[in-house]
Amino acid sequence: MLRYFLKRLLSLALSLLAASLVIFLALEVVPGDPAAYMLGLNAQEDTLNALREQLGLNGTILERYLSWAGSLLTGDFGISYTYRTPVSEMIGDRLWVSLPLALYALTLSTLIAFPAGIWAASRRGSYVDAGVMGVTQLGVAIPNFWFAMLMVLVFAINLRWFSAGGFAGWDAGFFAGMKSLTLPAVALALPQASILTRVMRSSLLDTLGEDFIRTARAKGLNKGQAMWRHALRNALIPVLTIMGLQFSFLLAGAIIIENVFYLPGLGRLVFQAISARDLIVVESVVMLLVFAVIVVNFAVDLAYAWVDPRLRGRR
Amino acid sequence: MSLLTINGLSLSIHGQPILRDVSLKLESGKVLGVIGESGSGKSITAFSVMQLLPNGTDCTGEITLSGKSILSLSEAQMCDLRGKDVGMVFQEPMTALNPLKTIGAQVAETILIHEKVSRAEARTRAAEALRRAELPQDRFPLSRYPHELSGGQRQRVVIAMAIALRPKLLIADEPTTALDVTTQAQILQLLKKLVAEEGIGLMLISHDLAVVADLADDLVIMRQGEVVESGPADDLFRNMQHPYSRALLEASGHVPERSGHAEPDALLQVRGVVREYVSHSYGLWGSSSQFRAVNDVSFEIRRGESLGLVGESGCGKSTLTRAILGLEEVQGGEILFDGQPVFTNHHANKAVRRRMQVVFQDPYGSFNPRWKVERLITEPYHLLDGPPKGTERDGAIADALASVGLKEADRYKYIHEFSGGQRQRIAIARALIIKPDLIILDEAVSALDVSVRAQVLDLLADLSDRLGLTYLFISHDLSVVRSITERVLVMKAGQIVEQGPTADVFDNPQHEYTRQLVAAAPVLPDDVAGGNAHEPISGSLV
Amino acid sequence: MSLLFHSRTLLPGAILTFIFAGAAIVSLFWVPYDTTVLDIANKIKSPSWAHPFGTDQFGRDILSMIMVGARTSIAVALVAVGIGMLAGVPLGLAAAARKGGLLDEVIMRMNDLVFAFPSLLIAVMITAVFGASALNAIIAIGIFNIPVFARLTRGAALSLWSRDYIMAARVAGKGPARISVEHILPNVANLLIVQGTIQFSLGILAEAGLSYVGLGAQPPVASWGRMLADSQTMISFAPHLALFPGLAILLTVLGLNLLGDGLRDVLDPKLRRARV
Repeated sequence: MLRYFLKRLLSLALSLLAASLVIFLALEVVPGDPAAYMLGLNAQEDTLNALREQLGLNGTILERYLSWAGSLLTGDFGISYTYRTPVSEMIGDRLWVSLPLALYALTLSTLIAFPAGIWAASRRGSYVDAGVMGVTQLGVAIPNFWFAMLMVLVFAINLRWFSAGGFAGWDAGFFAGMKSLTLPAVALALPQASILTRVMRSSLLDTLGEDFIRTARAKGLNKGQAMWRHALRNALIPVLTIMGLQFSFLLAGAIIIENVFYLPGLGRLVFQAISARDLIVVESVVMLLVFAVIVVNFAVDLAYAWVDPRLRGRR
Repeated sequence: MSLLTINGLSLSIHGQPILRDVSLKLESGKVLGVIGESGSGKSITAFSVMQLLPNGTDCTGEITLSGKSILSLSEAQMCDLRGKDVGMVFQEPMTALNPLKTIGAQVAETILIHEKVSRAEARTRAAEALRRAELPQDRFPLSRYPHELSGGQRQRVVIAMAIALRPKLLIADEPTTALDVTTQAQILQLLKKLVAEEGIGLMLISHDLAVVADLADDLVIMRQGEVVESGPADDLFRNMQHPYSRALLEASGHVPERSGHAEPDALLQVRGVVREYVSHSYGLWGSSSQFRAVNDVSFEIRRGESLGLVGESGCGKSTLTRAILGLEEVQGGEILFDGQPVFTNHHANKAVRRRMQVVFQDPYGSFNPRWKVERLITEPYHLLDGPPKGTERDGAIADALASVGLKEADRYKYIHEFSGGQRQRIAIARALIIKPDLIILDEAVSALDVSVRAQVLDLLADLSDRLGLTYLFISHDLSVVRSITERVLVMKAGQIVEQGPTADVFDNPQHEYTRQLVAAAPVLPDDVAGGNAHEPISGSLV
Repeated sequence: MSLLFHSRTLLPGAILTFIFAGAAIVSLFWVPYDTTVLDIANKIKSPSWAHPFGTDQFGRDILSMIMVGARTSIAVALVAVGIGMLAGVPLGLAAAARKGGLLDEVIMRMNDLVFAFPSLLIAVMITAVFGASALNAIIAIGIFNIPVFARLTRGAALSLWSRDYIMAARVAGKGPARISVEHILPNVANLLIVQGTIQFSLGILAEAGLSYVGLGAQPPVASWGRMLADSQTMISFAPHLALFPGLAILLTVLGLNLLGDGLRDVLDPKLRRARV
């Protein structure tokens, strides 16, 4: 178990290193000098130099990478070119919208998908199964931002149950905050829940065809017992894989959905930064999101070991 | 009153008739052997006793288990009965256990599902059941997971689950088919002991007459969903009436006629061959360990000879085969074919490779499903510098197909259009097409039904006589090796432990391991003709 | 053609796909109204006989816009699938042929790395550096497709490499490259076709998303995603502006998914063997 954990941990570190290199190099090729951009046309050469020094723009490419990566480790993302404030503060504020949104959506999609997938699998070939599969077929095909717009039209503009956009802020109380995240979370969760339902169903059906299910039935378990006690945990292994992959879609989707609802999250931040050509903010947000994806996949790897004794190694 | 009576059982799945008017009877403390080839309906008969049948199955007739009429029971009543009154053991021990649960939990589950007992008590009784299945707690604690056990040990766990509640009836569906010979003998011994000591009635299903012969009190022989013959085993073996049963018995002890014309000079020389693998099982963390799959192996095959190689799974047979075929380089020793090395300068020697071919075990996995037969069997032409083209190629294809008893028109078909036996013929045609000197037969008849196996063995014998072929015949099945080889090598843990003329080695084994193997190999009773593979079939039977 | 009736989903999927692919092709030669001409007098009209799907804020015909937008969506998604297959399949074949070797390890680690970058983030980075265009969307979605196809190919190829017919080919003196092309590729082709349709539909969704947030096709290139973005501020009084482009995306993606499911049913060798 420890060996598996250490191995995964090493692979996590290597992935983060590689990802940071890719992101750094990708934004290195940008033409132009951020310092000149920030100070305008009439800047003095020595003020420019001072600013470059402050922004960590001097030195060889390796030095710059090391200083950037080094400060990332301490939580220092640098200073915004346009706002002249620490990027970490800007990200910190927005994270309190984006992260709860992603978790809310993940929770919703899991809460929908597990029961729906199990239900459909246990009634294979019935109207229940056909119905669930039909709905998920639509859920997979619907663009989530369009679904979000339709929900705004129905629930905000016509029924007035929710506000059409904006974020109440956590200061207004937990429930007010959650309420303004509800429509976005539902929009995000729908396609994910549909995919997850389909994966859950097919994985469960595959597992129900395994020899050990027949063994369990020969012991005297009925169909339901065989499914709950033997099939479910085995079926969970591919489901976990998909959930891990989905997290990256969830983050990407959140960036788009925040736009529909004018939520002050990382998505809005990144688009403002692109139009202002505030590259350090873009770089930082991308790095943070990639970091999140890699860490989640690490967690999924650990979850495998929890589910599957074969990965824990011999004692 | 009989323990189990099946009377006039007919069964169809989605209207497709599978069983017709099957009747059989089993008493407590007795063993009923049910024998048949694939498609005979023997397994579905067993599953109908458990009522674990696919959707759309329609059963008529009578199944009575200690007075209870099975077919009239509800599903809930069947659940009560399964595992308590009837236990079942399956063919594939590797997949029969839930990989995520400990063996203790899985055995205890049988108890917990049927009786209101505490978890602790269930675990105590599970340990007891495992001990009865000869898995003592000091070496196989309840906390073990299936992946930590070998195939034979897993089969014991399945048996422990089946006997935990001391059922009256135990159904074993090909329980040893997936196991090595010595393991098979141990499992059969265990089943025999359970019948004798606990008075269980055992329904033993097998395709192998010899496996059943030693255990069974009564026999049922099935074919295409019908019982062709049944009765007490002793009588039946000596006095078979139905032509199919007789053919089956003949086929299982079939000895193909071969003239045998081994010449004194060696075609293949294997000298001190060593093949090691480095396993990086723990990757970056932990040392890599070395595993010697083939350890200092030396032997020769004479031109025109048929040499057997026997050993259990993992003994290094396959590694040795790959080395001889020039697919992998060896770390030590040399392999010479007709005096030339198989491997030179880290490259396989093409001139040598075109004189060797191979036939594999699995008739279903040996062919690219998207190719037609003509392309499949001419694949070895890749070894030739100027492969035949046009009419010459057509002639060669026709010859190869004809020599294995197939029609020329078969060249345009795809492989899924052929049966298992026909596929093995096509595999032989593929091996013959470049007119090799040596053909390696790697478990080439192991996956075939006995009657088909006998035909393929005849074909092989005939081809070797006609074409002067040399065979290296690799098999785990001693009776087959005995029937077709002149000399034999016995391999264990990467080493040749014994070699010599086949009859001498099997009749008078010198090495301890060979003795074990020979003792473990199931044989038909001595006085049954055909049981002794080296003797001709006596006339009285026919 | 009889294959079309072996699966319940194949025919509806093929019809929907045919409609949208047809619309894209027709738009190359003819559209009801020229979408580059503004007609402010006719702005934001509800559906009528003259304009079946209505007109937008510049008076352009929505049906024509959707036909031209289909072109963008399909072109972007198709090229992205092409990139993914052309790069991913050879990588997957090579990794499987050298299983456990350094090449396999490098390819798989690079795959994992790319998987950590959702196509939206790739698009964000490219846009930050070069500015927005439809090409960005193609590259971003294409890069994301590479590991998808590499993994699928490797996984399927690995199970084939253990087959005896591969061993037979090796005995016939064939090397890994030749075996990969002659034996492995034809036997994973079905899987690739099915996955190709799925990635195609995902590509259409991704392109729409990127265009919606302004990272994809730029004016004057018509695109479904940007039509939706433009309609958002007017949704309370002109919902039809949002309705039709959204339906176009939904139905195209649905059609491709149904087609993919249907192809899987028809091409699955297990099912076909059962029919023979």
